[in-house]
Amino acid sequence: MADAGNKKEIDRVSGVETTGHEWDGLKELNNPAPRWWRWVFLVCCIWAVGYWIVYPAWPTLSGHTEGKFGWTQHRQLKESQGEITARRAAYLGRMKGMSLADIRHSPELYEFARAGGAVSFKENCAACHGTGAQGNDVRGYPNLNDDDWLWGGDLDAIYKTIRVGVNSGHDEQRGTQMPSFGRDGLLTPAQIDDVTQYVTELHKGDAAPVTEARTRGAAVFADNCAACHGKSGEGSIEMGAPRLNDEIWLWGGDAASVHNTVTNAHLGVMPTWENRLDDDTVKMLAIYVHSLGGGK
Amino acid sequence: MLDENITYFEKQARIYPRSVKGRYRRLKWAAIAVLLGIYYATPWLRWHRGENLPDQAVLIDMPARRAYFFGLEIWPDEVYFITGILVLAAVGLFFVTSLLGRVWCGYACPQTVWTDLFVWVEEKIQGDRNRRIRLDSQGFTFERIWKKTVTHALWILIGLCTGGAWVFYFNDAPALFDHIRHFDLPWSVGSWILGLTASTYLMAGYAREQVCKYMCPYARFQSAMFDRDTLIIGYDAGRGEPRGKHKKGTSWEGKGHCIDCTQCVLVCPVGIDIRNGLQMECIACGLCVDACNDVMDKVDLPRGLIRYDTQRNYDDRQAGRATQSRLRLWRPRTFYYLGVLSLVSALMVYGLFARPRMELHAIQNRNPLFVKLSDGSIRNSYVVKILNKTHEARHFALGVTGVPVKRLDLQSATPLDPADLVVEGGMVAQYRVMLVADKQPAYRLPITLTAQEIDGGLHDSAATIFVSGDEP
Repeated sequence: MADAGNKKEIDRVSGVETTGHEWDGLKELNNPAPRWWRWVFLVCCIWAVGYWIVYPAWPTLSGHTEGKFGWTQHRQLKESQGEITARRAAYLGRMKGMSLADIRHSPELYEFARAGGAVSFKENCAACHGTGAQGNDVRGYPNLNDDDWLWGGDLDAIYKTIRVGVNSGHDEQRGTQMPSFGRDGLLTPAQIDDVTQYVTELHKGDAAPVTEARTRGAAVFADNCAACHGKSGEGSIEMGAPRLNDEIWLWGGDAASVHNTVTNAHLGVMPTWENRLDDDTVKMLAIYVHSLGGGK
Repeated sequence: MLDENITYFEKQARIYPRSVKGRYRRLKWAAIAVLLGIYYATPWLRWHRGENLPDQAVLIDMPARRAYFFGLEIWPDEVYFITGILVLAAVGLFFVTSLLGRVWCGYACPQTVWTDLFVWVEEKIQGDRNRRIRLDSQGFTFERIWKKTVTHALWILIGLCTGGAWVFYFNDAPALFDHIRHFDLPWSVGSWILGLTASTYLMAGYAREQVCKYMCPYARFQSAMFDRDTLIIGYDAGRGEPRGKHKKGTSWEGKGHCIDCTQCVLVCPVGIDIRNGLQMECIACGLCVDACNDVMDKVDLPRGLIRYDTQRNYDDRQAGRATQSRLRLWRPRTFYYLGVLSLVSALMVYGLFARPRMELHAIQNRNPLFVKLSDGSIRNSYVVKILNKTHEARHFALGVTGVPVKRLDLQSATPLDPADLVVEGGMVAQYRVMLVADKQPAYRLPITLTAQEIDGGLHDSAATIFVSGDEP
């Protein structure tokens, strides 16, 4: 780039003055900006002045100019939220005082509750139960889509479980604890082996092969497990004892997992949502979970 | 200095077309009357469709997602018909251009129609070419101000009528007219009317031939459809040259028939001299033909010094190879275009008659992919939609093939029977379907959902999958 100094240079071809800037023999012409561009620029300037008046614009020592509209992002958010709250209130108002069963059978409220429940589920429940409520049998988070319920699968039972939690410390909590049969020496390792074989084959019913170990395991089961899990392993919803004669396992159904469960036991915990979510939300959650396919 | 007059941007020169009378001018008025008549009358045509359905023959109902064209009803999933219509329009244009040249530009293009209308207003208020030039050279005289004001007011009025008619295609015309009469119209309608008023005013009042010269792509690629047998407007140079002034009563010996009166230039709406040959700007409106014929009549010479003819004929006559113009309308090119035109039309007509009146769609729920139930069987869930494009409620039975079904349940507030699902006329019904079957050997089994009308022939199927376990 060579600077031609103060001497004005006129381009020979176009007759336009150059800026004196040159790149490899190409010289820049000093053409004015196009007329349309200048008009747009002018209109933008005028627009900007109007903008300063109505919207927050200039910094001041104590903050910034407020603008005639008093607009802030925060206020806009509040307005939008207010709008949504008002729209929701129409449905929530109708839900007040209705039983869960009545809501479930009202087409409009059912869809509203499902939609609201789905959102709350993803915000509050999905961290453990998964976004599709599919649970996790390594960490003992129950699958909520299936037809096996630890604490009952009807609307009221689901509602109560969400409200009070499991082993949560709530006054009405769903509380349960299985003894650590192996760790605390209640059963010998051999007995645990036997009962593991018995339990893992429970769902086969009479089709399970009759072996000596299984017969011994049945006796161990009757003495130690049947009190909670039921004589034939049907479980107990009152005590939150999982059903063992089906193909759904809270902590895994292979021999190693069951052996581990009998030896060390697990203590599942679900928090109470009573003080975290309002009652409307808990109701909507109950309807949503019930609608996943397993609701009784 | 090489040339001090080089400009890189051509300033728009104001064109003052002189008015002209003649065959093509009459043809243009007729075209304008018919086209504007169609434009303004169409939304008011009625077409009975039955209860709860719009009775407007041509209607695009955006909120209800339906388009009606007489007996046809288009759903949003059938917008591909618009593609077909656009293909037809394009090929139709090619076909007409190869036969008759730029007749679209000269007679039918909205830009031409509205510009003609605006120039007509201009002429009625401000007078013909010379008076308009004189008026514009005046300062701010009273005459100039009132004439210009009235002209622009009328232009805006025409613009308002243009935009005002457009919105009727998207609303029930009589009802909307009532709203407009009482100035009670939704902002969307109002902004469309104002927007189209503004664009009409700018395009037909100011931009005019600039649109054809700089904005319209069609003007640029039309040369690809031209050949030596395409009808164009041309100047018969063999007969006209050498041009020059002619004194009445003197001999034409050694003189061409063009008396250089420049009438053809003065009437030209795009401001070209047709005697320079075929030019990109020429919209083939034929007004120069009218102007020249008028002059030829006055000097007692045969008409047709400027005329519609083909390049081949101009050249042949100039070279003395022919004395008569001969048209070759049917050339390979016209047959190609006609072939494509018929093919696309046939496909569209077939598509229209073969399109289903009912559709079934199914999406397998992927979160979770499958659910194992306590008895070991597997459940998959699906979102199923049944589109009933008829106008009556229909009953359908939902079925599954490809997997032995243990249970088929629908999740809803009120009990639904998959063997008898009622879908209201013109509605899309959505169901959450739970399908239970034994665990399948294939972790991912292709299956088919079917919907069959009970007491009727409508049926459709949707391919989907049944997942039995985690991916191996």
